[in-house]
Amino acid sequence: MSDPKRPLVRIANGQGFWGDSILGPIRLVREGPLDYLTLDYLAEVTLSIMQKLRSRDPSKGYATDFVKLIERTAKDLVEKDIKVVANAGGVNPRACRDAVLEALRAQGLHGVKVATVEGDDILESLDTLTAAGEPFTNMDTGAALSGVRDTVTSANVYLGAFPIAEALATGAQIVITGRGTDPGLVLGPLIHEFGWGPEDLDQLAAGTIAGHIVECGAQCTGGNHTDWQSIPDMAMIGYPVIEATPSGDFTVTKHEGTGGRVDVGSVVHQLCYEMGDPANYITPDVVADFTSVSIEQDGENRVAIRGAKGLPATPTFKASLSYADGWKALGQLTISGPDALAKARACAEIVWQRLAYDGFEYGPEERLVEFVGANVCHAGIPIPEASDPSEVVLRMGVKGPDRAKVDRFGSELVPLVTSGPPGVTGFAGGRPKATEIIGFWPALVAKEHITTNVTVSES
Amino acid sequence: MPTVLLSRIAAARSGDKGEGSNVGIMARSQAAYEFLRTWLTTERLAEHMHGINAGDVVRYEADNMRVLNFILSDSLGGGGSASLKTDAQGKTHGLAALRMTVDVPTEVLEATPEA
Repeated sequence: MSDPKRPLVRIANGQGFWGDSILGPIRLVREGPLDYLTLDYLAEVTLSIMQKLRSRDPSKGYATDFVKLIERTAKDLVEKDIKVVANAGGVNPRACRDAVLEALRAQGLHGVKVATVEGDDILESLDTLTAAGEPFTNMDTGAALSGVRDTVTSANVYLGAFPIAEALATGAQIVITGRGTDPGLVLGPLIHEFGWGPEDLDQLAAGTIAGHIVECGAQCTGGNHTDWQSIPDMAMIGYPVIEATPSGDFTVTKHEGTGGRVDVGSVVHQLCYEMGDPANYITPDVVADFTSVSIEQDGENRVAIRGAKGLPATPTFKASLSYADGWKALGQLTISGPDALAKARACAEIVWQRLAYDGFEYGPEERLVEFVGANVCHAGIPIPEASDPSEVVLRMGVKGPDRAKVDRFGSELVPLVTSGPPGVTGFAGGRPKATEIIGFWPALVAKEHITTNVTVSES
Repeated sequence: MPTVLLSRIAAARSGDKGEGSNVGIMARSQAAYEFLRTWLTTERLAEHMHGINAGDVVRYEADNMRVLNFILSDSLGGGGSASLKTDAQGKTHGLAALRMTVDVPTEVLEATPEA
Protein backbone atom coordinates (compact mmCIF):
# COMPACT_ATOMS: atom_id res chain seq x y z
CA MET A 1 0.00 0.00 0.00
CA SER A 2 1.39 3.43 -0.90
CA ASP A 3 0.19 6.81 0.40
CA PRO A 4 -3.37 7.82 -0.42
CA LYS A 5 -3.83 10.82 -2.71
CA ARG A 6 -6.74 12.08 -0.54
CA PRO A 7 -8.59 10.88 2.56
CA LEU A 8 -12.02 10.43 0.99
CA VAL A 9 -13.17 9.67 -2.55
CA ARG A 10 -16.73 9.92 -3.87
CA ILE A 11 -17.66 7.43 -6.59
CA ALA A 12 -21.09 7.12 -8.16
CA ASN A 13 -22.47 4.63 -10.63
CA GLY A 14 -24.87 6.18 -13.10
CA GLN A 15 -25.73 3.26 -15.34
CA GLY A 16 -26.71 -0.24 -14.28
CA PHE A 17 -27.01 -1.72 -17.77
CA TRP A 18 -27.26 -0.64 -21.43
CA GLY A 19 -30.73 0.83 -21.54
CA ASP A 20 -30.71 2.39 -18.08
CA SER A 21 -31.98 5.98 -17.84
CA ILE A 22 -29.61 8.72 -19.00
CA LEU A 23 -31.05 10.89 -16.20
CA GLY A 24 -29.08 8.83 -13.66
CA PRO A 25 -25.62 10.04 -14.69
CA ILE A 26 -26.79 13.49 -15.83
CA ARG A 27 -28.27 14.20 -12.41
CA LEU A 28 -25.25 12.74 -10.58
CA VAL A 29 -22.99 15.21 -12.36
CA ARG A 30 -25.42 18.07 -11.73
CA GLU A 31 -26.78 17.54 -8.23
CA GLY A 32 -23.93 16.89 -5.82
CA PRO A 33 -20.22 16.45 -5.15
CA LEU A 34 -18.47 13.68 -7.09
CA ASP A 35 -14.92 12.58 -7.91
CA TYR A 36 -15.67 9.60 -10.17
CA LEU A 37 -18.60 8.55 -12.30
CA THR A 38 -18.73 4.90 -13.36
CA LEU A 39 -21.02 3.49 -16.04
CA ASP A 40 -21.82 -0.15 -16.73
CA TYR A 41 -23.13 -0.86 -20.23
CA LEU A 42 -22.34 -4.52 -20.75
CA ALA A 43 -24.66 -7.44 -20.17
CA GLU A 44 -23.56 -10.89 -21.33
CA VAL A 45 -25.58 -10.71 -24.51
CA THR A 46 -24.30 -7.22 -25.39
CA LEU A 47 -20.82 -8.22 -26.56
CA SER A 48 -22.18 -10.74 -29.03
CA ILE A 49 -24.45 -8.08 -30.56
CA MET A 50 -21.56 -5.62 -30.66
CA GLN A 51 -19.30 -8.17 -32.35
CA LYS A 52 -21.94 -8.57 -35.07
CA LEU A 53 -22.20 -4.78 -35.53
CA ARG A 54 -18.44 -4.50 -35.78
CA SER A 55 -18.17 -7.26 -38.37
CA ARG A 56 -20.48 -5.20 -40.63
CA ASP A 57 -18.84 -1.84 -39.87
CA PRO A 58 -15.34 -1.63 -38.30
CA SER A 59 -16.19 1.73 -36.69
CA LYS A 60 -18.99 0.17 -34.59
CA GLY A 61 -19.22 -2.31 -31.74
CA TYR A 62 -19.37 -0.09 -28.64
CA ALA A 63 -22.06 1.55 -26.49
CA THR A 64 -23.16 4.59 -28.46
CA ASP A 65 -25.27 5.77 -25.49
CA PHE A 66 -22.00 6.66 -23.78
CA VAL A 67 -21.05 9.14 -26.49
CA LYS A 68 -24.48 10.79 -26.16
CA LEU A 69 -23.92 11.06 -22.42
CA ILE A 70 -20.49 12.65 -22.92
CA GLU A 71 -22.03 15.14 -25.34
CA ARG A 72 -24.53 16.19 -22.67
CA THR A 73 -22.16 16.29 -19.68
CA ALA A 74 -18.64 16.97 -21.03
CA LYS A 75 -18.39 20.60 -19.93
CA ASP A 76 -19.49 19.82 -16.37
CA LEU A 77 -17.22 16.78 -16.18
CA VAL A 78 -14.18 18.82 -17.15
CA GLU A 79 -15.11 21.88 -15.06
CA LYS A 80 -15.80 19.83 -11.92
CA ASP A 81 -12.91 17.45 -12.66
CA ILE A 82 -15.09 14.35 -12.45
CA LYS A 83 -13.27 11.32 -13.82
CA VAL A 84 -15.29 8.81 -15.81
CA VAL A 85 -14.77 5.04 -15.96
CA ALA A 86 -17.04 3.17 -18.38
CA ASN A 87 -17.05 -0.27 -19.98
CA ALA A 88 -18.64 1.39 -23.00
CA GLY A 89 -15.84 0.18 -25.27
CA GLY A 90 -17.58 -3.13 -25.88
CA VAL A 91 -15.60 -4.99 -28.54
CA ASN A 92 -14.17 -1.78 -30.01
CA PRO A 93 -12.75 0.52 -27.29
CA ARG A 94 -10.62 2.49 -29.78
CA ALA A 95 -13.63 3.38 -31.93
CA CYS A 96 -15.47 4.42 -28.79
CA ARG A 97 -12.50 6.56 -27.77
CA ASP A 98 -12.38 8.23 -31.19
CA ALA A 99 -16.08 9.08 -31.01
CA VAL A 100 -15.62 10.50 -27.50
CA LEU A 101 -12.60 12.58 -28.60
CA GLU A 102 -14.69 13.90 -31.47
CA ALA A 103 -17.52 14.82 -29.10
CA LEU A 104 -15.09 16.64 -26.78
CA ARG A 105 -13.50 18.59 -29.63
CA ALA A 106 -16.91 19.54 -31.00
CA GLN A 107 -17.56 21.32 -27.69
CA GLY A 108 -14.21 23.10 -27.80
CA LEU A 109 -12.75 20.89 -25.08
CA HIS A 110 -9.12 20.27 -26.04
CA GLY A 111 -6.34 18.50 -24.16
CA VAL A 112 -8.71 16.15 -22.34
CA LYS A 113 -7.07 12.75 -21.89
CA VAL A 114 -9.02 9.65 -22.83
CA ALA A 115 -7.55 6.22 -22.07
CA THR A 116 -8.54 2.76 -23.22
CA VAL A 117 -8.03 -0.60 -21.53
CA GLU A 118 -7.79 -3.54 -23.93
CA GLY A 119 -6.89 -7.20 -23.75
CA ASP A 120 -10.24 -8.69 -22.78
CA ASP A 121 -11.23 -9.52 -26.36
CA ILE A 122 -9.79 -12.96 -27.19
CA LEU A 123 -11.94 -13.84 -30.20
CA GLU A 124 -9.04 -13.50 -32.64
CA SER A 125 -6.61 -15.37 -30.40
CA LEU A 126 -8.94 -18.21 -29.42
CA ASP A 127 -7.15 -20.86 -31.47
CA THR A 128 -3.70 -19.62 -30.38
CA LEU A 129 -4.80 -19.86 -26.76
CA THR A 130 -6.19 -23.34 -27.35
CA ALA A 131 -2.87 -24.38 -28.89
CA ALA A 132 -1.10 -22.89 -25.84
CA GLY A 133 -3.02 -25.29 -23.61
CA GLU A 134 -6.25 -23.48 -22.78
CA PRO A 135 -9.06 -26.02 -23.31
CA PHE A 136 -11.98 -23.58 -22.68
CA THR A 137 -13.92 -26.42 -21.11
CA ASN A 138 -17.43 -25.29 -20.16
CA MET A 139 -17.32 -24.44 -16.44
CA ASP A 140 -20.94 -25.43 -15.86
CA THR A 141 -21.32 -28.54 -18.02
CA GLY A 142 -17.76 -29.82 -18.47
CA ALA A 143 -18.31 -29.98 -22.25
CA ALA A 144 -15.44 -29.49 -24.71
CA LEU A 145 -15.34 -26.29 -26.78
CA SER A 146 -14.87 -28.24 -30.02
CA GLY A 147 -18.62 -28.92 -30.11
CA VAL A 148 -19.43 -25.23 -30.63
CA ARG A 149 -16.10 -23.76 -31.80
CA ASP A 150 -17.32 -23.07 -35.35
CA THR A 151 -20.28 -21.03 -34.11
CA VAL A 152 -18.45 -18.84 -31.56
CA THR A 153 -19.36 -15.17 -32.16
CA SER A 154 -17.56 -13.43 -29.30
CA ALA A 155 -14.99 -14.32 -26.64
CA ASN A 156 -13.96 -12.06 -23.78
CA VAL A 157 -12.29 -12.41 -20.41
CA TYR A 158 -13.48 -10.46 -17.39
CA LEU A 159 -10.49 -8.24 -16.61
CA GLY A 160 -9.89 -6.95 -13.10
CA ALA A 161 -9.46 -3.45 -11.68
CA PHE A 162 -5.70 -2.92 -11.84
CA PRO A 163 -5.58 -1.99 -15.56
CA ILE A 164 -8.21 0.69 -14.82
CA ALA A 165 -5.97 2.10 -12.08
CA GLU A 166 -3.07 2.04 -14.55
CA ALA A 167 -5.18 4.00 -17.04
CA LEU A 168 -6.11 6.59 -14.40
CA ALA A 169 -2.43 6.97 -13.50
CA THR A 170 -1.83 8.42 -16.98
CA GLY A 171 -3.94 11.41 -15.93
CA ALA A 172 -6.89 10.33 -18.03
CA GLN A 173 -10.19 12.12 -17.47
CA ILE A 174 -12.11 9.33 -19.17
CA VAL A 175 -11.26 5.61 -19.11
CA ILE A 176 -12.96 3.33 -21.62
CA THR A 177 -12.78 -0.42 -21.17
CA GLY A 178 -14.23 -3.50 -22.81
CA ARG A 179 -15.27 -6.51 -20.74
CA GLY A 180 -14.24 -6.36 -17.11
CA THR A 181 -15.87 -7.21 -13.84
CA ASP A 182 -18.67 -4.82 -12.88
CA PRO A 183 -17.24 -4.05 -9.40
CA GLY A 184 -13.86 -3.34 -11.03
CA LEU A 185 -15.23 -0.06 -12.39
CA VAL A 186 -15.36 1.18 -8.77
CA LEU A 187 -12.37 -0.74 -7.41
CA GLY A 188 -10.05 0.61 -10.15
CA PRO A 189 -10.36 4.26 -9.03
CA LEU A 190 -9.91 3.23 -5.37
CA ILE A 191 -6.70 1.35 -6.20
CA HIS A 192 -5.47 4.44 -8.01
CA GLU A 193 -6.48 6.91 -5.29
CA PHE A 194 -5.44 4.92 -2.22
CA GLY A 195 -2.39 3.12 -3.57
CA TRP A 196 -3.76 -0.34 -2.77
CA GLY A 197 -1.69 -3.24 -4.08
CA PRO A 198 -2.55 -6.85 -4.97
CA GLU A 199 -1.58 -7.86 -1.42
CA ASP A 200 -4.10 -5.49 0.23
CA LEU A 201 -6.79 -8.16 0.20
CA ASP A 202 -9.16 -6.62 2.75
CA GLN A 203 -9.15 -3.29 0.93
CA LEU A 204 -9.65 -4.96 -2.44
CA ALA A 205 -12.56 -6.91 -0.93
CA ALA A 206 -14.05 -3.67 0.42
CA GLY A 207 -13.78 -1.97 -2.97
CA THR A 208 -15.32 -5.02 -4.63
CA ILE A 209 -18.27 -5.01 -2.22
CA ALA A 210 -18.71 -1.27 -2.82
CA GLY A 211 -18.70 -1.94 -6.54
CA HIS A 212 -21.26 -4.72 -6.21
CA ILE A 213 -23.57 -2.48 -4.19
CA VAL A 214 -23.65 0.27 -6.83
CA GLU A 215 -23.29 -1.79 -10.03
CA CYS A 216 -27.03 -1.88 -10.72
CA GLY A 217 -27.54 1.83 -10.17
CA ALA A 218 -30.75 2.61 -8.30
CA GLN A 219 -31.24 -1.01 -7.21
CA CYS A 220 -29.49 -0.08 -3.93
CA THR A 221 -31.31 3.22 -3.35
CA GLY A 222 -34.86 1.91 -3.26
CA GLY A 223 -35.41 0.57 -6.78
CA ASN A 224 -36.79 -2.98 -7.07
CA HIS A 225 -37.46 -2.95 -3.31
CA THR A 226 -39.89 -5.37 -1.64
CA ASP A 227 -41.49 -2.53 0.34
CA TRP A 228 -41.88 -0.26 -2.68
CA GLN A 229 -44.81 1.70 -1.22
CA SER A 230 -42.51 3.11 1.44
CA ILE A 231 -39.86 4.42 -0.99
CA PRO A 232 -40.13 8.22 -1.35
CA ASP A 233 -40.13 9.98 -4.73
CA MET A 234 -39.18 7.02 -6.91
CA ALA A 235 -39.54 9.20 -10.05
CA MET A 236 -36.55 11.29 -8.97
CA ILE A 237 -34.67 8.37 -7.41
CA GLY A 238 -31.06 9.19 -6.60
CA TYR A 239 -28.32 6.98 -7.97
CA PRO A 240 -25.80 5.67 -5.43
CA VAL A 241 -22.67 7.42 -4.26
CA ILE A 242 -19.86 5.62 -2.38
CA GLU A 243 -17.73 7.64 0.04
CA ALA A 244 -14.61 5.53 0.31
CA THR A 245 -11.64 5.78 2.68
CA PRO A 246 -8.09 4.38 2.46
CA SER A 247 -8.78 1.74 5.16
CA GLY A 248 -11.44 0.17 2.92
CA ASP A 249 -14.38 1.20 5.11
CA PHE A 250 -16.98 3.08 3.09
CA THR A 251 -20.40 4.69 3.23
CA VAL A 252 -23.22 4.19 0.73
CA THR A 253 -25.27 7.33 0.20
CA LYS A 254 -26.96 9.46 -2.49
CA HIS A 255 -27.06 13.14 -3.24
CA GLU A 256 -29.13 15.38 -1.00
CA GLY A 257 -32.62 16.14 -2.24
CA THR A 258 -32.86 13.12 -4.53
CA GLY A 259 -35.61 10.51 -4.26
CA GLY A 260 -35.35 6.95 -3.06
CA ARG A 261 -33.85 5.73 0.19
CA VAL A 262 -30.50 4.41 1.37
CA ASP A 263 -30.88 2.27 4.46
CA VAL A 264 -29.64 -1.12 5.63
CA GLY A 265 -32.58 -2.77 3.89
CA SER A 266 -32.02 -1.16 0.50
CA VAL A 267 -28.29 -1.94 0.60
CA VAL A 268 -28.84 -5.56 1.68
CA HIS A 269 -31.41 -5.94 -1.11
CA GLN A 270 -28.64 -5.19 -3.60
CA LEU A 271 -26.03 -7.31 -1.81
CA CYS A 272 -28.41 -10.23 -2.46
CA TYR A 273 -28.66 -9.50 -6.19
CA GLU A 274 -27.22 -12.31 -8.33
CA MET A 275 -25.47 -13.58 -5.21
CA GLY A 276 -23.99 -17.06 -5.08
CA ASP A 277 -21.94 -18.15 -2.07
CA PRO A 278 -21.79 -14.90 -0.08
CA ALA A 279 -18.53 -15.88 1.62
CA ASN A 280 -16.73 -16.44 -1.70
CA TYR A 281 -17.39 -13.72 -4.26
CA ILE A 282 -14.71 -14.46 -6.84
CA THR A 283 -13.15 -11.69 -8.94
CA PRO A 284 -9.78 -11.54 -10.72
CA ASP A 285 -8.51 -9.21 -7.96
CA VAL A 286 -9.66 -10.89 -4.76
CA VAL A 287 -12.13 -13.38 -3.30
CA ALA A 288 -14.41 -11.10 -1.27
CA ASP A 289 -16.34 -12.28 1.79
CA PHE A 290 -19.73 -10.55 1.91
CA THR A 291 -20.42 -12.16 5.30
CA SER A 292 -17.45 -10.37 6.89
CA VAL A 293 -18.79 -6.81 6.87
CA SER A 294 -20.85 -4.87 9.37
CA ILE A 295 -23.69 -2.91 7.78
CA GLU A 296 -25.04 -0.04 9.88
CA GLN A 297 -27.21 3.03 9.47
CA ASP A 298 -25.00 6.09 9.92
CA GLY A 299 -27.35 9.03 9.49
CA GLU A 300 -30.20 9.68 7.08
CA ASN A 301 -29.63 7.97 3.73
CA ARG A 302 -26.19 6.84 4.85
CA VAL A 303 -25.11 3.24 5.44
CA ALA A 304 -21.62 2.44 6.74
CA ILE A 305 -19.92 -0.77 5.61
CA ARG A 306 -16.91 -1.75 7.68
CA GLY A 307 -14.46 -4.58 8.22
CA ALA A 308 -14.41 -6.31 4.82
CA LYS A 309 -12.20 -9.38 4.52
CA GLY A 310 -10.68 -10.82 1.37
CA LEU A 311 -8.82 -13.95 0.34
CA PRO A 312 -6.16 -14.21 -2.40
CA ALA A 313 -7.37 -14.15 -6.00
CA THR A 314 -7.46 -17.32 -8.08
CA PRO A 315 -4.86 -17.85 -10.89
CA THR A 316 -7.53 -17.63 -13.60
CA PHE A 317 -9.74 -15.16 -15.39
CA LYS A 318 -13.32 -16.05 -16.19
CA ALA A 319 -13.98 -16.01 -19.92
CA SER A 320 -17.37 -15.73 -21.53
CA LEU A 321 -17.83 -16.99 -25.07
CA SER A 322 -21.02 -16.62 -27.02
CA TYR A 323 -22.11 -18.87 -29.85
CA ALA A 324 -25.03 -19.28 -32.23
CA ASP A 325 -27.35 -21.77 -30.54
CA GLY A 326 -30.36 -22.07 -32.85
CA TRP A 327 -33.49 -20.00 -33.35
CA LYS A 328 -36.55 -18.88 -31.47
CA ALA A 329 -39.78 -17.03 -32.19
CA LEU A 330 -42.20 -15.49 -29.71
CA GLY A 331 -45.58 -13.87 -30.24
CA GLN A 332 -48.59 -12.75 -28.28
CA LEU A 333 -52.27 -11.95 -28.60
CA THR A 334 -54.69 -10.43 -26.10
CA ILE A 335 -57.89 -12.34 -25.37
CA SER A 336 -60.81 -10.65 -23.61
CA GLY A 337 -63.46 -12.22 -21.41
CA PRO A 338 -65.90 -13.67 -20.87
CA ASP A 339 -64.04 -16.94 -20.36
CA ALA A 340 -60.71 -15.35 -21.26
CA LEU A 341 -58.57 -18.14 -19.85
CA ALA A 342 -60.64 -20.95 -21.41
CA LYS A 343 -60.49 -19.22 -24.78
CA ALA A 344 -56.75 -18.66 -24.51
CA ARG A 345 -56.24 -22.37 -23.78
CA ALA A 346 -58.36 -23.24 -26.82
CA CYS A 347 -56.35 -20.81 -28.97
CA ALA A 348 -53.04 -22.44 -28.02
CA GLU A 349 -54.38 -25.89 -28.89
CA ILE A 350 -55.68 -24.62 -32.23
CA VAL A 351 -52.23 -23.26 -33.14
CA TRP A 352 -50.45 -26.54 -32.33
CA GLN A 353 -53.12 -28.57 -34.21
CA ARG A 354 -52.87 -26.47 -37.37
CA LEU A 355 -49.07 -26.66 -37.33
CA ALA A 356 -49.21 -30.44 -36.82
CA TYR A 357 -51.60 -30.76 -39.79
CA ASP A 358 -48.93 -29.08 -41.90
CA GLY A 359 -46.19 -31.39 -40.59
CA PHE A 360 -44.67 -29.15 -37.95
CA GLU A 361 -44.56 -30.59 -34.44
CA TYR A 362 -42.60 -29.11 -31.54
CA GLY A 363 -41.47 -31.15 -28.55
CA PRO A 364 -42.10 -30.10 -24.93
CA GLU A 365 -38.59 -28.63 -24.69
CA GLU A 366 -39.09 -26.68 -27.92
CA ARG A 367 -42.30 -24.84 -27.09
CA LEU A 368 -43.86 -22.69 -24.41
CA VAL A 369 -47.38 -21.36 -23.80
CA GLU A 370 -48.04 -18.68 -21.20
CA PHE A 371 -51.35 -17.13 -20.14
CA VAL A 372 -50.13 -13.78 -18.89
CA GLY A 373 -52.58 -12.49 -16.29
CA ALA A 374 -53.38 -15.99 -15.03
CA ASN A 375 -50.22 -16.37 -12.94
CA VAL A 376 -47.29 -16.97 -15.26
CA CYS A 377 -44.51 -15.54 -13.11
CA HIS A 378 -45.46 -17.47 -9.98
CA ALA A 379 -46.53 -20.73 -11.59
CA GLY A 380 -47.43 -23.47 -9.15
CA ILE A 381 -48.26 -21.09 -6.29
CA PRO A 382 -52.01 -20.91 -5.63
CA ILE A 383 -53.28 -17.38 -6.30
CA PRO A 384 -57.12 -17.30 -6.26
CA GLU A 385 -57.58 -14.08 -8.24
CA ALA A 386 -55.59 -15.53 -11.16
CA SER A 387 -58.13 -18.29 -11.91
CA ASP A 388 -60.68 -16.05 -13.66
CA PRO A 389 -58.94 -12.98 -15.11
CA SER A 390 -61.03 -10.55 -17.15
CA GLU A 391 -58.50 -10.76 -19.98
CA VAL A 392 -55.38 -12.76 -20.74
CA VAL A 393 -52.32 -12.25 -22.91
CA LEU A 394 -51.64 -15.48 -24.77
CA ARG A 395 -47.89 -15.69 -25.24
CA MET A 396 -46.50 -18.56 -27.31
CA GLY A 397 -43.01 -19.41 -28.43
CA VAL A 398 -40.93 -22.14 -30.05
CA LYS A 399 -37.22 -22.73 -30.43
CA GLY A 400 -34.89 -25.16 -32.15
CA PRO A 401 -32.03 -25.56 -34.60
CA ASP A 402 -34.21 -25.37 -37.76
CA ARG A 403 -34.89 -21.76 -38.70
CA ALA A 404 -37.62 -22.56 -41.21
CA LYS A 405 -39.51 -24.63 -38.66
CA VAL A 406 -39.30 -21.83 -36.10
CA ASP A 407 -40.52 -19.31 -38.69
CA ARG A 408 -43.42 -21.55 -39.68
CA PHE A 409 -44.84 -21.26 -36.16
CA GLY A 410 -44.98 -17.49 -36.50
CA SER A 411 -47.52 -17.59 -39.30
CA GLU A 412 -50.16 -19.54 -37.34
CA LEU A 413 -50.65 -17.15 -34.43
CA VAL A 414 -52.31 -14.12 -35.99
CA PRO A 415 -54.93 -16.13 -37.98
CA LEU A 416 -56.64 -16.84 -34.64
CA VAL A 417 -58.12 -13.33 -34.85
CA THR A 418 -60.59 -14.45 -37.52
CA SER A 419 -60.58 -18.23 -37.21
CA GLY A 420 -60.56 -18.78 -33.44
CA PRO A 421 -62.81 -17.86 -30.50
CA PRO A 422 -64.17 -14.28 -30.26
CA GLY A 423 -62.37 -11.47 -28.47
CA VAL A 424 -58.87 -12.07 -29.86
CA THR A 425 -56.97 -8.82 -30.44
CA GLY A 426 -53.69 -7.03 -29.81
CA PHE A 427 -51.79 -8.47 -32.77
CA ALA A 428 -50.03 -5.20 -33.64
CA GLY A 429 -46.59 -6.79 -33.70
CA GLY A 430 -47.53 -8.83 -36.77
CA ARG A 431 -46.02 -12.26 -37.43
CA PRO A 432 -43.35 -13.40 -34.97
CA LYS A 433 -40.07 -14.00 -36.81
CA ALA A 434 -37.20 -16.33 -35.95
CA THR A 435 -34.34 -14.63 -34.12
CA GLU A 436 -30.99 -16.16 -33.31
CA ILE A 437 -30.42 -17.64 -29.86
CA ILE A 438 -27.08 -16.64 -28.40
CA GLY A 439 -25.62 -19.33 -26.17
CA PHE A 440 -23.07 -18.62 -23.44
CA TRP A 441 -20.02 -20.66 -22.73
CA PRO A 442 -18.30 -19.84 -19.44
CA ALA A 443 -14.69 -21.00 -19.08
CA LEU A 444 -11.50 -20.23 -17.18
CA VAL A 445 -8.22 -18.96 -18.65
CA ALA A 446 -4.85 -18.77 -16.91
CA LYS A 447 -4.00 -15.14 -16.15
CA GLU A 448 -0.50 -15.55 -17.62
CA HIS A 449 -2.05 -16.04 -21.07
CA ILE A 450 -3.79 -12.67 -21.08
CA THR A 451 -2.03 -9.37 -21.78
CA THR A 452 -3.71 -6.04 -21.06
CA ASN A 453 -2.88 -2.85 -22.84
CA VAL A 454 -3.51 0.76 -21.79
CA THR A 455 -3.36 3.58 -24.35
CA VAL A 456 -4.01 7.28 -23.90
CA SER A 457 -4.99 10.04 -26.34
CA GLU A 458 -5.90 13.73 -26.07
CA SER A 459 -8.80 15.68 -27.52
CA MET B 1 -49.23 -19.89 16.13
CA PRO B 2 -50.44 -17.15 13.78
CA THR B 3 -50.32 -17.94 10.05
CA VAL B 4 -48.85 -15.14 7.93
CA LEU B 5 -47.28 -14.67 4.53
CA LEU B 6 -43.50 -14.92 4.49
CA SER B 7 -43.49 -11.27 3.35
CA ARG B 8 -44.67 -10.29 6.86
CA ILE B 9 -41.32 -11.33 8.35
CA ALA B 10 -38.94 -11.13 5.36
CA ALA B 11 -38.13 -9.15 2.21
CA ALA B 12 -36.55 -10.64 -0.92
CA ARG B 13 -34.53 -9.93 -4.04
CA SER B 14 -33.85 -12.30 -6.91
CA GLY B 15 -31.88 -12.33 -10.15
CA ASP B 16 -30.44 -14.64 -12.78
CA LYS B 17 -27.48 -16.95 -12.38
CA GLY B 18 -26.85 -18.79 -15.64
CA GLU B 19 -29.75 -21.18 -16.25
CA GLY B 20 -31.00 -20.62 -12.71
CA SER B 21 -31.76 -17.81 -10.32
CA ASN B 22 -30.94 -16.79 -6.79
CA VAL B 23 -33.49 -15.74 -4.20
CA GLY B 24 -32.15 -13.78 -1.24
CA ILE B 25 -34.55 -13.87 1.71
CA MET B 26 -33.91 -11.00 4.15
CA ALA B 27 -35.39 -11.47 7.61
CA ARG B 28 -37.01 -8.34 9.02
CA SER B 29 -35.63 -8.96 12.54
CA GLN B 30 -33.03 -11.08 14.32
CA ALA B 31 -35.84 -13.18 15.81
CA ALA B 32 -37.30 -13.77 12.35
CA TYR B 33 -33.85 -14.69 11.02
CA GLU B 34 -33.28 -17.27 13.73
CA PHE B 35 -36.74 -18.74 13.17
CA LEU B 36 -36.31 -18.87 9.38
CA ARG B 37 -32.85 -20.39 9.57
CA THR B 38 -34.51 -23.49 11.03
CA TRP B 39 -37.89 -23.36 9.32
CA LEU B 40 -37.05 -22.23 5.77
CA THR B 41 -35.22 -25.33 4.56
CA THR B 42 -34.19 -25.99 0.97
CA GLU B 43 -36.94 -28.67 0.88
CA ARG B 44 -39.64 -26.18 1.91
CA LEU B 45 -38.51 -23.58 -0.61
CA ALA B 46 -38.10 -26.16 -3.38
CA GLU B 47 -41.65 -27.45 -2.78
CA HIS B 48 -43.12 -23.94 -2.83
CA MET B 49 -41.26 -23.05 -6.05
CA HIS B 50 -41.84 -26.37 -7.83
CA GLY B 51 -43.81 -24.70 -10.64
CA ILE B 52 -40.89 -22.35 -11.32
CA ASN B 53 -37.77 -24.39 -10.63
CA ALA B 54 -37.09 -27.83 -12.14
CA GLY B 55 -33.66 -28.32 -10.59
CA ASP B 56 -31.87 -28.55 -7.25
CA VAL B 57 -31.98 -25.88 -4.56
CA VAL B 58 -28.91 -24.90 -2.52
CA ARG B 59 -28.99 -22.57 0.52
CA TYR B 60 -26.31 -20.22 1.85
CA GLU B 61 -26.47 -18.18 5.07
CA ALA B 62 -25.19 -14.66 5.69
CA ASP B 63 -25.70 -13.91 9.39
CA ASN B 64 -24.43 -10.34 9.11
CA MET B 65 -27.24 -9.46 6.69
CA ARG B 66 -29.84 -11.85 8.18
CA VAL B 67 -30.04 -13.39 4.71
CA LEU B 68 -30.78 -16.89 3.52
CA ASN B 69 -29.67 -17.09 -0.10
CA PHE B 70 -31.21 -19.83 -2.24
CA ILE B 71 -29.87 -20.91 -5.62
CA LEU B 72 -32.53 -22.43 -7.91
CA SER B 73 -30.52 -24.30 -10.51
CA ASP B 74 -33.10 -24.65 -13.31
CA SER B 75 -35.67 -21.87 -13.12
CA LEU B 76 -35.31 -19.83 -16.31
CA GLY B 77 -36.31 -22.20 -19.10
CA GLY B 78 -32.77 -22.35 -20.46
CA GLY B 79 -31.67 -18.89 -19.34
CA GLY B 80 -30.28 -15.95 -21.31
CA SER B 81 -31.55 -15.59 -24.84
CA ALA B 82 -32.45 -19.32 -25.01
CA SER B 83 -35.37 -18.80 -22.64
CA LEU B 84 -38.93 -18.47 -23.94
CA LYS B 85 -40.25 -17.48 -20.50
CA THR B 86 -41.60 -14.02 -19.70
CA ASP B 87 -39.41 -13.86 -16.61
CA ALA B 88 -36.21 -15.06 -18.25
CA GLN B 89 -34.10 -13.35 -15.54
CA GLY B 90 -35.89 -14.56 -12.42
CA LYS B 91 -36.70 -10.98 -11.42
CA THR B 92 -40.01 -12.07 -9.85
CA HIS B 93 -38.80 -15.19 -8.04
CA GLY B 94 -38.16 -13.31 -4.79
CA LEU B 95 -41.76 -12.13 -4.65
CA ALA B 96 -42.92 -15.67 -5.46
CA ALA B 97 -41.02 -16.97 -2.43
CA LEU B 98 -42.60 -14.30 -0.22
CA ARG B 99 -46.08 -15.70 -1.04
CA MET B 100 -45.34 -18.76 1.09
CA THR B 101 -47.57 -19.12 4.17
CA VAL B 102 -45.79 -19.56 7.48
CA ASP B 103 -46.95 -20.46 11.00
CA VAL B 104 -44.86 -18.06 13.08
CA PRO B 105 -44.47 -18.18 16.88
CA THR B 106 -46.20 -15.17 18.44
CA GLU B 107 -43.02 -13.93 20.10
CA VAL B 108 -41.21 -13.91 16.75
CA LEU B 109 -44.05 -12.00 15.14
CA GLU B 110 -44.13 -9.45 17.97
CA ALA B 111 -40.36 -8.93 17.68
CA THR B 112 -40.62 -8.29 13.93
CA PRO B 113 -41.67 -4.83 12.73
CA GLU B 114 -44.10 -4.65 9.81
CA ALA B 115 -42.84 -3.28 6.50
